[in-house]
Amino acid sequence: MDIIKIIENTIAAFFGIDAAYFALAAIGLNIQFGYTGLLNFGQSAFMACGAYGLGMTSQYFGVGMWWGILIGLALVVILGLLVGIPTLRLRADYLAIVTIATAEIVRLVVRSVRFKQYFGGSDGINSFSASFRNLSPFDPGAQYGIRPFQYSGYSLWTMIVGWSLVIIFSSLVYMLMKSPWGRVVKAIREDEDAVRSLGKNVYSYKMQSLIIGGVVGMFSGMIFALDRGSVQPDNYSRDVTFYVLTALVLGGVAKVRGSVIGPMMFWGLYVFSDNFLRELTKDKPFNLFGIGIIQKSQVGPVNYMLIGLGLMLLMTIRPQGVFGSKEEMALDGR
Amino acid sequence: MDAERNYSELAQRARAALASVNASPGVAKPDPILLAENVRRNFGGVTAVDVQHLEVQRGSITALIGPNGAGKTTLFNLLTGFDTPDTGEWMFDSKNLKKVVAHKTASLGMVRTFQLTKSLTKLSVIENMKLGATHQIGEKWWNGLLPFRYRKQEEIIERRADELLKRFKLDHMRDQYAGTLSGGQRKLLEMARALMTNPRLVMLDEPMAGVNPALKQSLNEHIRGLRDDGMTVLFVEHDMDMVHDVSDWVVVMAEGRIIAEGTPEQISSNPAVIEAYLGTHQGKSLLKEENA
Repeated sequence: MDIIKIIENTIAAFFGIDAAYFALAAIGLNIQFGYTGLLNFGQSAFMACGAYGLGMTSQYFGVGMWWGILIGLALVVILGLLVGIPTLRLRADYLAIVTIATAEIVRLVVRSVRFKQYFGGSDGINSFSASFRNLSPFDPGAQYGIRPFQYSGYSLWTMIVGWSLVIIFSSLVYMLMKSPWGRVVKAIREDEDAVRSLGKNVYSYKMQSLIIGGVVGMFSGMIFALDRGSVQPDNYSRDVTFYVLTALVLGGVAKVRGSVIGPMMFWGLYVFSDNFLRELTKDKPFNLFGIGIIQKSQVGPVNYMLIGLGLMLLMTIRPQGVFGSKEEMALDGR
Repeated sequence: MDAERNYSELAQRARAALASVNASPGVAKPDPILLAENVRRNFGGVTAVDVQHLEVQRGSITALIGPNGAGKTTLFNLLTGFDTPDTGEWMFDSKNLKKVVAHKTASLGMVRTFQLTKSLTKLSVIENMKLGATHQIGEKWWNGLLPFRYRKQEEIIERRADELLKRFKLDHMRDQYAGTLSGGQRKLLEMARALMTNPRLVMLDEPMAGVNPALKQSLNEHIRGLRDDGMTVLFVEHDMDMVHDVSDWVVVMAEGRIIAEGTPEQISSNPAVIEAYLGTHQGKSLLKEENA
């Protein structure tokens, strides 16, 4: 078993591009779910807005890639209003139901044959990231850095941009949540009617939170699309939302640190367990006392089982997540 | 105890104004701050509130009493925009509130508290207080990103919040989570937080529910203090002793209607009220009895 390789890959995953785009999505979700208490189960739809905003510049509009940010913003606002107007006046559960359905509708629309000319159907969109690549100061062919932090020029470029966005947005969220605006949304999470009785337009604040969180999610989708160099509809399915949510809960909701480090740990754990199982079963199936435990072809599913088990243990032992506040958690019972 | 009390000038004026008012349901007052006309709310087949006419005298402490299910809280919800009546008009300071949504009533100067206290448990006591201030610059999200734009106002708000906390004897809990307060302290916090909106009319829904007797006395003092500062208080209460002790005027509701009004002395000897509370005619409709 190559322990060094497992460790190296794990460390690389901590700081990898996957962790970066997950962190962006989690920062957005944290605004909605962590601070405002909006159960948004459709963060992947906001991510898709970003990715398709970029993709549609070449696929449909035939304009420069940078227009994609504006198109993405427009899509996020439209989606936010569409989802928010009917549901934000109702109890939280309704938003959850509607967002999960909306995310699926978005995915099915963009992958449909009928709208292929706009969204490229199930093939997605591939050629849109040239402007971004050209900005890169690094040689795309060369390898930079030392193991385990070794990247091609292009990966290094997306990583720098991705993590910079993480830093920018987490600082902005930190400032926002320390401001009176943050106080209002946190109060809405606790009790809407109390906030309404004090003269705040709760509905408007919930809408702002939904859209601001969606905009951060949009940048997540963009980074993901730029890293892959393509936009694929199935990258924006339900599982993404729930993995992001899991990563956020792992880090600790309503904490900026939690929304950044949670996703890093999520990917670290994921890659560690995956690499470990692969190394374990590399030459022959793994047996314990003559009983077959796991073989090569089972690594994928077993990995998910282990992750699930780990998260269950976490929720039992430390329900507030790594950075969450135990005190706040205890107040839930009222 | 009542005789010894020194009433402030404002209190004396309100009591004098009310002294000349005829003690009959729906009677007009010399200077009403709140006026409701023909407000009716049906829940399915049940009429929860059917108020023909109600006026609340400015600068007074008016108690709204009545047996369980009389429609007191529903009336509160209707007047503050938390619920919409089927018919009726109501005015606050001669502004018609019919089309005004709940969150706007607070900035007009009319604030309410709730029967079940709504302390925002995961916010600290001081944050709870600061939330109450209206017209905050930093409550716009773009200003939230620019601390220098709201810092000055925030300091002023914080100073005012600290003063109120001191007055309500919560200053030692300032930085604790509101969730760690006792039931009575939460009532105090909710009242103090409501005052942060600079109201002219404070509507308290059962301020004494679940509060221990020692704290009740100090709550009474606080409610009188509001009037002495020039505010009008309308409160729902069950505790007759407290009503008698603190209020200038009492409105009695039963089965959604106002069945009696008057000074506390007049009310405590009113047969309709005794009937409503003690139910000498159990099982029969009180209103039919009255009409008969």
